[in-house]
Amino acid sequence: MAFPLLTLTAAIPAVGAVATAAVPAGRRTAAKWLALAFSLATLALAAVQLVRFDPDAKGPFQLTESHAWIADFGVRYELGVDGIAVVLIALAALLIPFIMLAGWHDADPQESGSSRWRPTQGFFALILMVEAMVVISFEATDVFLFYIFFEAMLIPMYFLIGGFGDGAAGNGDAGAAAQRSYAAVKFLLYNLVGGLIMLAAVIGLYAVTADQLGSGTFSLQEIVQARAAGKLDIATTTERALFLGFFFAFAVKAPLWPLHTWLPNAMGEATAPVAVLITAVVDKVGTFAMLRFCLQLFPEASKWATPVIVVLALISILYGALLAVGQRDIKRLVAYASISHFGFIVLGIFAMTSQGQSGATLYMVNHGISTAALMLVAGFLISRRGSRLIADYGGVQKVAPVLAGTFLVGGLATLSLPGLAPFVSEFLVLVGTFSRYPAAGIVATLGIVLAALYVLVLYQRTMTGPVKEEVRGMPDLRARELAVVAPLIALLLVLGVYPKPVTEILDPAVRHTMSQVHQADPKPDVNDVEAAK
Amino acid sequence: MSHAASVHSLWTMSADAPQKIPAPHIEYAQLSPTLIVLGAAVLGILVEAFLPRRVRYAAQTLLTCVALAAAFAAVVALAAGGYATGKAHAAAMGAVAVDGPALFLQGTILLVSLVAVFTFAERRLDPAAHGRPVDSFAAQGAAVPGGRAEQDAVKAGFTTTEVFPLVLFAVGGMLVFPAADDLLTLFVALEVFSLPLYVLCALARRKRLLSQESAVKYFLLGAFSSAFLLFGVALLYGYAGTVTYSGIADVVSGGVRTLDPALAATTGNDALLLIGGALVLMGLLFKVGAVPFHMWTPDVYQGAPTPVTGFMAAATKVAGFGALLRLLYVVLPGLRWDWRPVMWGVAIVTMLVGAIVAVTQTDVKRLLAYSSIAHAGFILAGVVATTPDGVSSVLFYLGAYSFVTLGAFSVVTLVRDAGGEATHLSKWAGLGRRSPLTAATFAVFLLAFAGIPLTSGFAGKFAVFKAAAQGGAGPLVIVGVVSSAIAAFFYVRVIVLMFFSEPKEDGPTVAVPSALTSSAIAIGVAVTLVLGVAPQYFLDLAGQAGVFVR
Repeated sequence: MAFPLLTLTAAIPAVGAVATAAVPAGRRTAAKWLALAFSLATLALAAVQLVRFDPDAKGPFQLTESHAWIADFGVRYELGVDGIAVVLIALAALLIPFIMLAGWHDADPQESGSSRWRPTQGFFALILMVEAMVVISFEATDVFLFYIFFEAMLIPMYFLIGGFGDGAAGNGDAGAAAQRSYAAVKFLLYNLVGGLIMLAAVIGLYAVTADQLGSGTFSLQEIVQARAAGKLDIATTTERALFLGFFFAFAVKAPLWPLHTWLPNAMGEATAPVAVLITAVVDKVGTFAMLRFCLQLFPEASKWATPVIVVLALISILYGALLAVGQRDIKRLVAYASISHFGFIVLGIFAMTSQGQSGATLYMVNHGISTAALMLVAGFLISRRGSRLIADYGGVQKVAPVLAGTFLVGGLATLSLPGLAPFVSEFLVLVGTFSRYPAAGIVATLGIVLAALYVLVLYQRTMTGPVKEEVRGMPDLRARELAVVAPLIALLLVLGVYPKPVTEILDPAVRHTMSQVHQADPKPDVNDVEAAK
Repeated sequence: MSHAASVHSLWTMSADAPQKIPAPHIEYAQLSPTLIVLGAAVLGILVEAFLPRRVRYAAQTLLTCVALAAAFAAVVALAAGGYATGKAHAAAMGAVAVDGPALFLQGTILLVSLVAVFTFAERRLDPAAHGRPVDSFAAQGAAVPGGRAEQDAVKAGFTTTEVFPLVLFAVGGMLVFPAADDLLTLFVALEVFSLPLYVLCALARRKRLLSQESAVKYFLLGAFSSAFLLFGVALLYGYAGTVTYSGIADVVSGGVRTLDPALAATTGNDALLLIGGALVLMGLLFKVGAVPFHMWTPDVYQGAPTPVTGFMAAATKVAGFGALLRLLYVVLPGLRWDWRPVMWGVAIVTMLVGAIVAVTQTDVKRLLAYSSIAHAGFILAGVVATTPDGVSSVLFYLGAYSFVTLGAFSVVTLVRDAGGEATHLSKWAGLGRRSPLTAATFAVFLLAFAGIPLTSGFAGKFAVFKAAAQGGAGPLVIVGVVSSAIAAFFYVRVIVLMFFSEPKEDGPTVAVPSALTSSAIAIGVAVTLVLGVAPQYFLDLAGQAGVFVR
């Protein structure tokens, strides 16, 4: 058995969470540095994973680990990464230190009250806990193992949303606390219901495998191989029901219209770093799982459901963008923009073309970085003025030019300006979609137009124009804040011009997934596709 | 043969019967767990009668703990000796089964009781009365609440150490209940464990009227259900001419036609079988708190002293489901097509009613009561699977659930204000700010109840739903998942209240318990997490224990 790199990558943040939580109440700063150190160690391990990962190697998964766990349920502790997983782990590990730095003072207790209440330690420990669970969700190749962490992740997330308010609202304000608690509960219940429906499907999957293979199994590879070998024949209706059970949970998480309504609440009420954690890190598990589990376990049902899902994705793109245009609250605007972008990701996945899926996977990475940049700068802005309302700002660029500049770059990345990273992925998704569903490709393009509208209007209203009275004297970005934003913007530029290192890792995994679904790219002539069906 | 002649022959047979009755052969060693517990209970009464008052508490606590531990050791020894598998048989002339499920359930009951006794013996939570430490129980059970006699008893520093022998008697009955291999033993065991519980419910030190009311309710409804059960036993005897499980099963499967001439007219009468079976089932469903026989649960759980509630909620459920499993799997498998639809219905309404009604509760003990009803429904989903997997999943669930319950009720005993335990949910607001550890512990138990992964609740729920799905009860799984979602709502509500609400000025304080309650809670948390993360060993244990002896 080789060195358990994957286990370690997940274990380090988990250990860090425990260690951080154990730091005494008086040593807040030590707790922060400790948590940051653990997140950097995780980043180092994720980098080692990237280096050790060989994009050209045969077989779907690398760096695999496999141990017996709960034999009675047919559950094994099976880890393995493909190109998509390894990149997303790197993304998560990369963003967590920035999230921590950005939220450095978010959880400092307002009053020096009871000495046993340790919000700072809790905040950083919970972030590390989420990181550990996200990492292991990306690594799990056993459906049950994945499910466990997919669900368990909700608990620390829930406490992060509900327990730590945005400085803007003031933690003592009872109304804001009620709003926050509402957002946290809404987040939890939506995701829990999705997860429980998935649980029914997970049990169903066990029943099917136990029935046909003699002993139930959750191993992704075992199931895929058994299906390929014809040993496992899931009846059409059963397969569709199971697919829907899985997809429902992922669609809540992703989130896809009409299951998206928890996201604006959660992102609006949570602090900006936590909002980034939700949308840039945790939600990626949903879209990732569509690729890894929905498509590979249930290829036929996936193809069956594609038309409906493509339509839902289109609605997400347009609906999210339209609502973003109409928002008066900066954080909710970014939330709706994210819904629109998740629509693009889902569209790319279910277009079932290699360009679409490559674009979608690349989009997961780029969306993570661009949203992090935009949202974190927005968070800095909000913390200065103490308001989330767009109307409360104006002329910031004259007072705080660096802040305004970084905000603009983050915004331009969000609207997929060529030269910045998201453009490449969005273009790939659109091309991939167009080659199979030309109409859908055209409609999706409208999303880009709307994106330009909401981003530029946001910038115009907050940053340009006459300097508002309350904004006067607003300090520009501090060193810590700059340290958060600058690397993200640098990444956006690099990946916008030269995405090849990432796509090289992603592409073999995408090809493998495509072959699992028995899909080839459509030939230029649309009639051939019809005939091939 | 005419009727008169048959009666005559009965008489003549009974005349020379004394020579024909074989001397009862009792396997004392195999019955030792029960014998130890009941023996200790008798000893406990002697302690009450002869030892001076000041040493009784220590003596009773020690005696009870040692007895329960010894009985558990006996169970382990029997299981190690192969009585759970190869040597499983019906002991005591077929009255008591010594087999895998029986030993597993007995072991669970003993461990749960041992932990529960820790909370019974806790004396640091209430402020000392007149210089003497007091526990959760009334100074003198017979004294009228608020009356002169009660004041005198309190002033004299009386404590109700009788609770320890009462618990031991209840445990003794519970040990026999899931092992009973004939209907009369079943009934006797039921009464042996029910009567002490009725008394225990009435013994709360605080809110005594509520406590006595709960005891009366429990007693009246319990008496009803016992009567139903007994009536069912009589009808089944009429049907089969025997009260042994295997005898009835033989008649059901058509293997044997009894020749008892006095019962010739009724033997094999399906009406008797169905009605009798249904009545016996009713009696058992009452004990496990399944809808529509659940009405007593919230009132009794709320009124009884909290340690008793915890004990009852955990141990009674284990014993009751054990007996239910044996009845359905040993006596009535031939009737599967008749009882399965009924049990499906019961399971579905139990899950839904428990979860839905719990949403509106404002008292934490009532909330836990309704949650226990919902959990009874989940367990029933495993029961109707009618596969060996179903049995072992139910066994596992019972073990997991009982420790979570016990832990949760132990935490409830800690949160107190001037009037004793502060059970109204509004008083729990902001508990997480004031005592993060207590609130976090309670949150772990709530998450386990809700079935969040990495807790024992999830492993248990998965096990029963898996068994149900494989046993062809897919719709039950769907309903189970839906009611889990509903149930999650109110568990989460309590967590929100504890962590995200501002503490009230006049809120309750968390009493600092002695090592007894602390260890009960710690054991609860440890079992919850271990069974959640590494359940394989215990699943194996339950899997090996999944076969009933016939």
